[in-house]
Amino acid sequence: MAKIKVEGLTKIFGKKSKKALELLNEGRTKDEILHETGCTVGVNQASFEVEEGEIFVIMGLSGSGKSTLVRLLNRLIQPTKGSVHLDGKDLATMDEKTLREVRRKDMSMVFQKFGLFPYRTVVSNVEYGLEIQGVPRDERYEQAKKSLELVGLKGYETKYPDELSGGMQQRVGLARALANDPEILLMDEAFSALDPLIRKDMQDELLDLQTSMKKTIIFITHDLDEALRIGDRITIMKDGAIVQVGTPEEILTNPENDYVEKFVEDVDRSKVYTASNVMIRPETVNIEKEGPRVALKRMRDSKISSIYVVNRNRELLGIAHASDVSKLVNDEKESLEDIIDKDIPQVDPNTPVNDFIELLTSSSVPLAVVEDEKLKGIIIRGSLLSALTGNEVNLDGSVSTDSTS
Amino acid sequence: MDLFPPIPLAEWIDDFVDWLTNAAFLFDGIEGIISAVLTILTSSLGVIPEWIFIVALTVLTYTFAGRSPSLTIAVLAGLLLIDNLQFWDDMILTLSLVIASTVISILIGVPVGIWMAKNSVMEQIIKPVLDFMQTMPAFVYLIPAVAFFGIGMEPGVVASVIFAMPPTIRLTNLGIRQVSTEVIEAADAFGSTGAQKLFKVQLPMAKTTIMAGINQTIMLALSMVVIASMIGASGLGQQVYYAVGRNQAGAGFEAGIAIVILAIILDRLTQSFGQSRK
Ligand SMILES: Nc1ncnc2c1ncn2[C@@H]1O[C@H](COP(=O)(O)OP(=O)(O)O)[C@@H](O)[C@H]1O
Ligand SMILES: [Mg+2]
Repeated sequence: MAKIKVEGLTKIFGKKSKKALELLNEGRTKDEILHETGCTVGVNQASFEVEEGEIFVIMGLSGSGKSTLVRLLNRLIQPTKGSVHLDGKDLATMDEKTLREVRRKDMSMVFQKFGLFPYRTVVSNVEYGLEIQGVPRDERYEQAKKSLELVGLKGYETKYPDELSGGMQQRVGLARALANDPEILLMDEAFSALDPLIRKDMQDELLDLQTSMKKTIIFITHDLDEALRIGDRITIMKDGAIVQVGTPEEILTNPENDYVEKFVEDVDRSKVYTASNVMIRPETVNIEKEGPRVALKRMRDSKISSIYVVNRNRELLGIAHASDVSKLVNDEKESLEDIIDKDIPQVDPNTPVNDFIELLTSSSVPLAVVEDEKLKGIIIRGSLLSALTGNEVNLDGSVSTDSTS
Repeated sequence: MDLFPPIPLAEWIDDFVDWLTNAAFLFDGIEGIISAVLTILTSSLGVIPEWIFIVALTVLTYTFAGRSPSLTIAVLAGLLLIDNLQFWDDMILTLSLVIASTVISILIGVPVGIWMAKNSVMEQIIKPVLDFMQTMPAFVYLIPAVAFFGIGMEPGVVASVIFAMPPTIRLTNLGIRQVSTEVIEAADAFGSTGAQKLFKVQLPMAKTTIMAGINQTIMLALSMVVIASMIGASGLGQQVYYAVGRNQAGAGFEAGIAIVILAIILDRLTQSFGQSRK
């Protein structure tokens, strides 16, 4: 069952929200409604489910309603309509006391500008959530210290927030959110105020933490790179409504409409990266000394269904498919010559990623990266995606997350 | 300009004031409280030997007001001067009047300021009242004060409170409203109750601003001491008032200087409390 289930969630800012709601049901746009009633549609009938333990990214341009949506989830903003079910209980209608318990125990929030208490020390900031629950002093101090250690801020307990850098302040924000060990983390543009290098560190750290914590994280961002890097699933918002929900790959390869497509185009790396950045080492057979049996064994060993055929100089001759090769083996033929499929997509190592994305998505086999007729590498969808999301792709196909790119 | 008969505003107010005197038991109660506070203050401050008082205030100034040697020396010299000019007892009376007025202003003003900050309708109502309280010439407050509380220190305190309280209210309201929305959201998101949010987040964050308001209140209360002496409040103000009545410039200046010295000490000390770390 989904951890959080949101149905028809709507927020209208302004006095004539009833009228605006009617217009919304008639399918009128945000602009029309603003014009007619003076009301702003913050979130427009959003429905989605968040699974336990996933990082669910909500992405959209500024003003698209991300902050409003995330605040509807913990009811910092009162919904106009719709429901937010957490483990089956509806947050939108629960009484104040129960809501307070949910906020204390089940979900914490991390803010864009950190939202720290400037007159409290770092450790006492982190203790806040426990303090208001009446956790005894010693116990909450221990817990806060652990939480600070988790985010790498051991030794900073007695500092004040304004004595720390932005990145460190947000670590305090994260530690504060983790201190009461909630199941759900709401992060509203948590890294957007940080400069790019620190931001990337924080993303990596969050992913690191997540492998051990397994929280359900709802992460807001306006940056597709960030969304692709950390999201298990991404939802894209426009004018308060949800346009598409999908895995990063689905979003990249199947943008639902022009709006999403525009986002995807904006992935900087796809312009900067070339084929040689994202290729991995292919499995090959040397036709001059290896026959069908070797080819078949090699495919079985590396669990692939086709293999590249080259000559002694590593010049690409074509591809051999497993089904054809096993026929040769059955017929006791010695050479692969007859079954080489020469019709395979090829790109030059210097081709920008943008120029071959389409070729890759329409092709059933990987792209061969060829220079002077020599096979340099191949590009598969998975490695392209990792590269676009900021991970370095090594030629052997492994992906390192401590990228220096 | 006799188009309309003159509006009998003065009569109405007189009627209202007359009607209010019916509630004499209420005013007797208030007077009793004020006079008790004043007695406690004057007697407890009065029994402290001068030299201990002087040393204590000097040390306080040094430790809290930025460890400035020149200010400390000025305070020490000033207090010695007050003692030397034979104004010590008057100074204690004036100080009691100021402290009593300030304490009452805080006890009323801070809660009212909080109420204003939490409720925008209240803000709309109270703001013009505060403007009125501050622009009305302070003398005018003497009349109802005398009507309800007779003459002496108590009506002086009442008039001072009315005149001096507005900055505390205003700046409490402002200080709480200034707290950034994200910090308030953080307090809410972690499940604070209303009281927890107020005492653990809003008031601590508004502290500097509220202290600035209290500082202004103290200064205004001090500025009332001469006016209050016209209705029998004793102390340094009375010395100034007598001197003016007898056309004694020298004596008037002496008492005036004593007030200035007291003002500087109170100002620096309260300012430093506002700025002390978090
Ligand atoms: N308190 C509010 N009152 C009125 N309109 C608001 C309020 N908060 C947000 N909005 C409007 O709702 C829309 C969505 O805002 P927001 O959720 O902050 O977007 P995002 O976080 O994606 O930038 C915007 O048009 C914004 O102007
Ligand atoms: Mg936002």
